[in-house]
Amino acid sequence: MTRRFLLSAVLFMLAGLFFMAPDRLTAAPYDTIQVSNPFLNKTPIALPAFKALTGSPAEMKIGADARDILESGLAFTGYLKPVNPNAFLADPSKTGIQMSQIKFSDWTGIGAELLVTGGIEEKDGQVKLEMRLFDTFNTQLLKGKVYTGPPDQVRRMIHLFCAEVSHALTGSWGVFASKLAFVSTVDGNKEIFVSDFDGHNPTRITRHKNISLSPAWSSDGQWLAYVTYAGGKPDIYIRGLEQDQSTVINREGMNITPAWMPGKEVLAAALSFSGNQEIYLLTRKGEMITKVTSSWGINVSPQFSPDGGKLAFVSNRSGNPQIYIKDLTSSEVNRVTFQGKYNTSPAWSPDGKKMVYVGIEKNRIDLYLIRLDKGPGMPVQLTRDQGDNEDPAWSPDGNLIIFTSTRDGQGPGLFVMTAAGTDQRRLMKMPGRQTQPRWSKPMTYKE
Amino acid sequence: MNRQLGLYLLMAVLVAGLFLTASCAKKTVVSDGTTIEDQTQTAAEAAAAEAARKAELERIRQQELQEEAARKLAMEQARTEAAKTRFLNQNIHFEYDSSQLTDTARELLREKADWLKANPEHSIVIEGHCDERGTTEYNLALGDRRATAAKQYLQDLGIESFRMTTVSYGEERPLDPGQNEMAYSKNRRAQFVLK
Repeated sequence: MTRRFLLSAVLFMLAGLFFMAPDRLTAAPYDTIQVSNPFLNKTPIALPAFKALTGSPAEMKIGADARDILESGLAFTGYLKPVNPNAFLADPSKTGIQMSQIKFSDWTGIGAELLVTGGIEEKDGQVKLEMRLFDTFNTQLLKGKVYTGPPDQVRRMIHLFCAEVSHALTGSWGVFASKLAFVSTVDGNKEIFVSDFDGHNPTRITRHKNISLSPAWSSDGQWLAYVTYAGGKPDIYIRGLEQDQSTVINREGMNITPAWMPGKEVLAAALSFSGNQEIYLLTRKGEMITKVTSSWGINVSPQFSPDGGKLAFVSNRSGNPQIYIKDLTSSEVNRVTFQGKYNTSPAWSPDGKKMVYVGIEKNRIDLYLIRLDKGPGMPVQLTRDQGDNEDPAWSPDGNLIIFTSTRDGQGPGLFVMTAAGTDQRRLMKMPGRQTQPRWSKPMTYKE
Repeated sequence: MNRQLGLYLLMAVLVAGLFLTASCAKKTVVSDGTTIEDQTQTAAEAAAAEAARKAELERIRQQELQEEAARKLAMEQARTEAAKTRFLNQNIHFEYDSSQLTDTARELLREKADWLKANPEHSIVIEGHCDERGTTEYNLALGDRRATAAKQYLQDLGIESFRMTTVSYGEERPLDPGQNEMAYSKNRRAQFVLK
């Protein structure tokens, strides 16, 4: 692990802390995030052209595509910054991609702290990718991997390596092995889709031709719970993604906002069969385990803490919607949000220390972040003056937040930003309106 | 002699005249009988005509009655249809982020309760809707609460709960896609649908 990378990471975190700290000098109700925050130093990484190992034109072509996928994949992390290739002093695609063939001063000289070299061999319709990640200042090979598969799997192979890079640098596999579930309209009806982590390869998985909402991954990625009006009212459907099995929770009234307990086949959901909108714990088969809330009024949008011991939810018990956390062991309930009159859609960070949520102030729907580990902190506003912003969810490594925004004026679409609120950009374009994105836990990685 | 002949002639004429007159008088009597017969015939005809007239009047009256009945039925049907249309089209509205029934909402619900009582064969679905200035999930719960509030009030007014089901559409089915307070207030509603 490089000292420089650690330094960058520490700066990155300090910057986050700095901007999340309560600003006692101004009367502004929220702190601001500067998108061009100079403290958010990204680690420069050099991604030179891949070496065509037998030199065939097919290899050159696949290699160029693979390098592009690698670049956008690593840039996606939010903490790596690809160095402009015009600055490169060396060309490993000619001089060699192995450690012994690399002159590290060529890379440290242009400020690249990390270097990835790639080699490609195409033979009998199979592609072999040779990938290496180097720490240039410590002249160290951090990770070397070889992948083999058909040419149409190059994208996947590169993302597997991106996950290795992420793991080598942060200890987490990142977002690369995650799947994304979201809602998109098809002919005016909301249907559930599943895609790669970055929105590529969207696959429609419901055909209810009705309203379908709120997809929720089980932590093993085996089950997807969602809400649909296929039965004429909002009910929860639980679908096996690997096995052909499904359950419907369709008690009287509404059955909405399913959320899975980490590591368990248990879900929390808001049901209204009692006449009130209360949160219950249910088995995957829909059997009642227990009632979590008992308050007059609305209780909705449960979200488990990453350790499964607490449940955040939205309640209007104070007269308007606010976020609360219930300790499932002690049954103690604490209110989280105090600013404003409309705070909903809680999303725990994977380390359990932060929460992103939706706040409405003066008819503007924006995302806010609040720390949970430092007492009642001041919320940080993550989006501002850019359309309505809703449906926040974290990447499994906690580095990214995905959300819905109407900022480009074309109806809601999916957007991504770093956990500090920087690098806000559109995830992908596809026909229809996309909402309610949720990343799964990494699916293909096991320690 | 000539004078005597003249006298005889005159007498003869007079006698003949007498006879003739007598015969005429007799004829008049017979003639009277005929007149009486004629008069009897006219009375019968008049009675028949009167009956026909009455029948015609009766027919017209019947027709008028029928027409009146038809008109009444049509009006009744129109009124029923209008009441039904009003029941279905008159939404009740809510304040922002509220499921409280306003006075206007209560008044409309009382009217709806009357309709439901007058039309016991109908069961209804009460839909709860929200404007877009909220979040998808919370609005689903708010819509549920709005529909339930309307149902509860109708139940309090004596409508059997088994005739009413609720469904929340949250912000999924706005009536007016506009992004202004007019549209928002139209969209914050409970809507009534026949099952």
